Amino acid sequence: MRLLSKKDSKLIMDPLADNNPITIQVLGICSALAITAQLKPSIVMAISVIFVLGAGNVVISLMRNIIPSKIRIIVQLVVVATLVIIVDQVLKAYAYSLSKELSVFIGLIITNCIIMGRFEAFALANGPWRSFLDGVGNALGYGVILVIVGFFRELLGSGTLLGYKVLGDSVEKTGLYAIGYENNGFMVLPPMALIVIGIIIWVQRSKNKELIED
Amino acid sequence: MGLKQNLHNLKEKYKGTKIAPAFNALHTFLYTPNDTARGGTHIKAADDLKRTMNTVIMALIPCLIFGMFNAGYQHYLAVGEIQAVTNGFFSSEFWNLQNFVLGFWKILPLLIISYGVGLGIEFLFAVIKGHEVEEGYLVTGMLVPLIVPIDIPWWMLIVAVAFGVVIGKEVFGGTGMNILNPALTIRAFLFFAYPTWMSGDKVWVQGAVERTKEIANGSTADAISGETILGSLAQSHPVDYSVMDMFFGFIPGSVGETSTLLILLGGLFLIFTKVGSWRIMLSATLGALVMGYIFNVVVDAGWITETSKFYGLMSTEFWHHLIIGGMAFGIVYMATDPVTGSQTNKGKWIYGFLIGFISIMIRVFNPAYPEGVMLAILLMNVFAPTIDHYVVQGNVKKRLKRGKLKTA
Repeated sequence: MRLLSKKDSKLIMDPLADNNPITIQVLGICSALAITAQLKPSIVMAISVIFVLGAGNVVISLMRNIIPSKIRIIVQLVVVATLVIIVDQVLKAYAYSLSKELSVFIGLIITNCIIMGRFEAFALANGPWRSFLDGVGNALGYGVILVIVGFFRELLGSGTLLGYKVLGDSVEKTGLYAIGYENNGFMVLPPMALIVIGIIIWVQRSKNKELIED
Repeated sequence: MGLKQNLHNLKEKYKGTKIAPAFNALHTFLYTPNDTARGGTHIKAADDLKRTMNTVIMALIPCLIFGMFNAGYQHYLAVGEIQAVTNGFFSSEFWNLQNFVLGFWKILPLLIISYGVGLGIEFLFAVIKGHEVEEGYLVTGMLVPLIVPIDIPWWMLIVAVAFGVVIGKEVFGGTGMNILNPALTIRAFLFFAYPTWMSGDKVWVQGAVERTKEIANGSTADAISGETILGSLAQSHPVDYSVMDMFFGFIPGSVGETSTLLILLGGLFLIFTKVGSWRIMLSATLGALVMGYIFNVVVDAGWITETSKFYGLMSTEFWHHLIIGGMAFGIVYMATDPVTGSQTNKGKWIYGFLIGFISIMIRVFNPAYPEGVMLAILLMNVFAPTIDHYVVQGNVKKRLKRGKLKTA
């Protein structure tokens, strides 16, 4: 038995691959460049966006018939701001160092184009359940790219994964470092995030030629 | 049956298969193919891309040879086995076999890696994309070993060349389509990725890094230090090289960038053969001189005192900037890249001037990036199409105006 109908599961699966918010729609790039130098903040950012977008889509969807269309952007902003403040406060209470590390970028989820985009394009026209799936799906698509970029940037840039020294100790010269390997400092800088995302886009489009625009 | 016939037969054998471009490239790299157009209305010009590239390579050979001698000279001078040069450019302390042999064996691997990896990727892309291999990498491959420190680890160079060729060139569509100069992309990658190997006072003289490690492990040998002149100036240290040393190139630095004299000769050769643009070279020189002069004036006016961290570089005589660091090399061989530079004549003046101007500005204001010329050229590469666009539009406007005047 399927958990979701075919139509519903498409809402989740599409943004993960062929309609990915980052690689296909090229939305939400700014945060993807800023916080992916390490894997951990990337994962936290992904979870935060999943929460904000999933919950936000449901709230907007429930209110869709009573929001006056002229002031709908303001209403959407209030909803997303409320949710972002919740995320921010939770992080400050339970993961203070991480919240320091992510600094303004949690607050800047408000301006993440993906969120306003889904509110406008989907939640205003669909029921709460479908809106929830759409929100989670898109946020997952965003999160997957964040985690991939964060994985490579942390591994090649710092030689660690989630803080564990998987390639050996760069100061003590153990593991790979013993044979002369060195961390790639360029990976830690934002331009490299752009290039990694570019490579992901390249790989994706060369696998699925239908995605190539003229 | 000669090599040419063999290559031709090989080419014919693989015609129509997927790896045909690789054999075509091998064939045409060494010989003019038999199947060129003959007779009819074709204009025959010998100055194809291959000829152009080879001209630049010929202009680079003196720098390469000098770099080999200099690598050995700097090393033996630092360990105290030889004396500093005393009598001019042809000093026997510099031009001896011992120096050359050491430099040759250090630089040859860099050259092989640069060409091997770079051309390998070009061949691969040509086979995948089904086009002919282009000659664009010939010059890049020669430039790369000349703009890196002598002791750069080989695997770093491999990674950087792969990055530079794929991300700097192939993703834009290969030779002639790239926005950034591939050789400088490779150097910039190394510079940001492995800064400890690309700057400081331990990387410019062969053996300095190892000696530092030995001393850390308890060896009693003297440390080798070969700070570049730019590095010394940025920290306001005294420079103990004479102007003639700087001009002839008996100074530490990247492999091929030190000898302003030979670069100047190479530049004249490029201008004479009309391969390099004299407009870019001249305007970049002017730009550097103007910026350097402005800094000198500021210092003379007393606005900057010796306590300032910019004092060392700002008080450097403005024309010294041309003979220290990679300024001359960058202006002659990198800025004049016809693909990434401006195309219009007026554009070349603006493009060149800004390269010189910005290079000195970066040099002085950001001692963390002592070699401003690399960043300045990359920056202006990005702006070159914009400059050209406005030059062309300006001309269009001017001519439209003239047309209106006549009809009115």
